[in-house]
Amino acid sequence: MPVFDLSVTPLRELNQALHSIAPGANDTAFEVINPRGSHSVAVGIDSPVSVAVQGSVGYYCAGMNDGGAVTVHGSAGPGVAENMMSGTVVIEGDASQYAGATGRGGLLVIRGNAASRCGISMKGIDIVVEGSIGHMSAFMAQSGNLVVLGDAGEALGDSLYEARLFVRGTVKSLGADCIEKEMRPEHLAILDDLLAKAGVEGASAAEFKRYGSARTLYTFNIDNADAY
Amino acid sequence: MSYQNPPTPPRKSATFDDYTLAEIRRAAATGIYDIRGGGSKRKLPHFDDLLFLGASISRYPLEGYRERCDTSVVLGTRFAKKPIHLKIPVTIAGMSFGALSGHAKEALGRGATLSGTSTTTGDGGMTDEERGHSDMLVYQYLPSRYGMNPKDLRRADAIEIVIGQGAKPGGGGMLLGQKISPRVAKMRNLPEGIDQRSACRHPDWTGPDDLEIKILELREITDWEKPIYVKIGGSRPYYDTALAVKAGADVVVLDGMQGGTAATQDVFIENVGQPILACIRPAVQALQELGMHRKVQLIVSGGIRNGADVAKALALGADAVAIGTAALVAIGDNDPKWEAEYAALGTTAGAYDDWHEGKDPAGITTQDPELMQRLDPVAAGRRLANYLKVMTLEAQTIARACGKNHLHNLEPEDLCALTLEASAMAQVPLAGTSWIPGKNPF
Repeated sequence: MPVFDLSVTPLRELNQALHSIAPGANDTAFEVINPRGSHSVAVGIDSPVSVAVQGSVGYYCAGMNDGGAVTVHGSAGPGVAENMMSGTVVIEGDASQYAGATGRGGLLVIRGNAASRCGISMKGIDIVVEGSIGHMSAFMAQSGNLVVLGDAGEALGDSLYEARLFVRGTVKSLGADCIEKEMRPEHLAILDDLLAKAGVEGASAAEFKRYGSARTLYTFNIDNADAY
Repeated sequence: MSYQNPPTPPRKSATFDDYTLAEIRRAAATGIYDIRGGGSKRKLPHFDDLLFLGASISRYPLEGYRERCDTSVVLGTRFAKKPIHLKIPVTIAGMSFGALSGHAKEALGRGATLSGTSTTTGDGGMTDEERGHSDMLVYQYLPSRYGMNPKDLRRADAIEIVIGQGAKPGGGGMLLGQKISPRVAKMRNLPEGIDQRSACRHPDWTGPDDLEIKILELREITDWEKPIYVKIGGSRPYYDTALAVKAGADVVVLDGMQGGTAATQDVFIENVGQPILACIRPAVQALQELGMHRKVQLIVSGGIRNGADVAKALALGADAVAIGTAALVAIGDNDPKWEAEYAALGTTAGAYDDWHEGKDPAGITTQDPELMQRLDPVAAGRRLANYLKVMTLEAQTIARACGKNHLHNLEPEDLCALTLEASAMAQVPLAGTSWIPGKNPF
């Protein structure tokens, strides 16, 4: 297993190695030690590698991940797994702002809490947060699923499009055009599947409420001016 | 015969002129502000207010058609492993597939490629046609991240992080539903036919310190190969340029308020931001103070129309210019041959700016399959290449007359200004004097 000690090895070497995996290579399990809050750890992965990061990371860990399985045994700074295309990113601790921002696919699991703007502008990613999320989460979220086992902060789902939001705890307030929606069997199935994929135990899909777009702001209308 | 007093002629208000009155009536009737495309249409201090001095006893000129006047420019020399080498210092500005038809994007790529210069994607992502027809393609990284993916990031030749644009510094965008074709909707991960908002702020960073980290991420993802541009609107060019350099930009793209947009509020276009003439010198000053002039390249845009504008922008310290509106006109936008159809839309050739409605008779700012077919991308690309050639020849003509063997050797000392405003903004002397307002005593 290749091990990169970021206390002595430049970040560039790690990311270059991750980008240089030949198709069909065997040695695809990487370990990163002493990340010490480094930014851009394991960004731009474009093959099915696995990366175990032993410690906490700074901004944009696993950014634009496309097919990799990244686990951070610590907490993550802002923008973890931003614009993820596919693969899995698991944060054992907490995540800072913009977790999973603009993500297009794959699964982001945060075992702790996520700060504000979790899932902002998400475009197909699935995000499961075992703790709570901060304000303005899922702002302008386009598609994908955001699952929160704890509580959601203010203005959840403001101006969202077709993303589905599932919250087990309380929601401090809903943002513009975000409403509670009926939980139908297909939503329970989606939720069951995501909870299983995320390895969440002790939570039942029936405990969640679903939120989504009222679709009243989909077409520009001057009479909506006071809604923004 | 009785004496009659001469009548008082009707007098219209300069403040409430006919256009203003019509706008008040339109607003009162519709309850909505005017949305349009393009850049500022008001009269602004511009490159027309500058003149070149030309050679004289103290400067000698170069022979036209014989002595070389180079036009090449290299962008991204600061950090990128693969800088961009342009044959001419005129690039094609970012314009989106969505706002423009696929044929129009292809024409821009073809024209730029024939001319040895780059073209730029826009909000909505990169299309295969555009990539295929553009030798050098700059990939815009925008707040909406519509269509953004690492594969396209890697197949781009440079990355342009868009902070703002001259038409609407501080503003996002709105692509109205009528232009959201199935293909546009798919690229943007949104339902067909709904209005699409483009965010005004990036979703995952705020402020210059974050920008530095974002640039690091993009460099790491692309293995430090691609030049990274930062595009700013003409709002605070001195500070924004300094902050972009501090954040690690290879190139700063500075867009004045004459720069076009696909669609935004007229009140925004006409009242926010500064003309490009007022922006260049503060940006160059920032670069010079940081010791980065010519190391971090400066591309300016907003109302560049001809080779004289190119030469003047470069003389003020820019490394290259970008054109958007002029490129669209070159490929056929607002062509009088469609006058009957412009009239039917309630406008006239040269004034058509309702690009957001998708009814462009020239087939450029539309997703309507029938209208799109009106634009032949091969012929339109040729027209753009011709136009770029003329601009380059014009700029060379002026540079030779000033005794310069490279367009980059043009300098502020080659210029004077016709108006006090232009003199103050461009920081070159008022014609016939040695006076620069705010710089030295008369």
